[in-house]
Amino acid sequence: MVYLSLTGVLFVLGLHGLFTARNLLRRLLSLNILTTSVFLLFVVMARLAEPLDNVPHAIVLTGIVITVSTTAVALALVVRIAGRMREEDVGAAADTRGDVE
Amino acid sequence: MGVAGVIFDVLLALALTWLAWQATRAADLFHAVVSFIVFGLLMALAWVRLEAPDIALAEAAIGAGATGALLLSALDRLASRERRRRLLYEPGAAWGFWIPAGGALLGALTLAAWKLPAPGLGNEVRAALGVSGVEHPVTAVLLNFRALDTLLEIGVLLLAAITIWSLGRAPSPLIPAMPSPALPALGRLLFPVFVLVAAYLLWRGSHAPGGAFPAGAVLGAGAILMLLAGARPWIRSSERGPWRWILSLGLVMLLAAGIAGTLAGQAFFEYPPGTAGPLILLLEVAAGLSIALLLFALYLRGEPCEHGYRGKGR
Repeated sequence: MVYLSLTGVLFVLGLHGLFTARNLLRRLLSLNILTTSVFLLFVVMARLAEPLDNVPHAIVLTGIVITVSTTAVALALVVRIAGRMREEDVGAAADTRGDVE
Repeated sequence: MGVAGVIFDVLLALALTWLAWQATRAADLFHAVVSFIVFGLLMALAWVRLEAPDIALAEAAIGAGATGALLLSALDRLASRERRRRLLYEPGAAWGFWIPAGGALLGALTLAAWKLPAPGLGNEVRAALGVSGVEHPVTAVLLNFRALDTLLEIGVLLLAAITIWSLGRAPSPLIPAMPSPALPALGRLLFPVFVLVAAYLLWRGSHAPGGAFPAGAVLGAGAILMLLAGARPWIRSSERGPWRWILSLGLVMLLAAGIAGTLAGQAFFEYPPGTAGPLILLLEVAAGLSIALLLFALYLRGEPCEHGYRGKGR
């Protein structure tokens, strides 16, 4: 099935981004793509089950809300970190530590 | 499904892959965030293709809408355009490692997913649907069979809001400096529609795709739109107003429903016979209101304070 391979592709893309991106916001986007791939796997499994299985659907709904909470907290932290970095070293050091932003 | 369906699926999968690539690797961060939002919207189409309309609604409203608003406002705070330009993506040097490793991982994952047993609980859910009090299986699972998950989920959302508010005050210009001149009028015009759609989705949840989560997300998005349109929110930290209760209303109601069953000598979250339908509707209204206000609270990115949202935090 097409979506099963899409799950794998998104998983690898997300995982690679999560580990290699130096920018925290990018890492967060990768994390979101990673979660989406896991949701996709759940839903594909639900679709393959003989009578359509609704339990994974409910679990994915829960997961989406949890993801948005995680993203919101992480974003708030990233913004605070970036603000503090800017206060501390506006000068030359900003180039080396800019990866946090 | 037919050939047209398969072609559509393949095109959708290719588009999603490309957008995911853009979201993680685009040179410009703004480009990446917009790609991610479009990715969420197209994902909603994929959910429809996979016969999961509930998830499609939630993904469009929460995944793309609320997350998109959060990402864009964070991006606005993070950096000026010049600084953002300097944050180009630096491609990993080890492509010789990543391409074979990624390919192997991909193959193994797809194979493992293919071999996974898919017994499914579809028959069990269908058999118990009659006594669940609602006609829509997903709502039955969410608020009856697995209500504990929903309870914990709203707990996590509340915890996230508390965490963000404990980081400090809300940023002092809460709204962007120059909103579009059309935005205030449009926002006021659209807000009743948001409320109407939310109420409709909530009511629909008992017999069709919909329910508390999309409804809450739509209402929350309407509130964010009003905020952007220049409305002064009535959430203030100094007045111990009713909004604190609304924030925790969903959690409190779910907890009460669960504990009431235990006190009545039944299992945790076992509803008394015959009352499941109205009880679930009540819980959905509470959860929907809470989710709407919690999403709005997440968007504030800090504890709101009394005087025109001034604070030291940025």
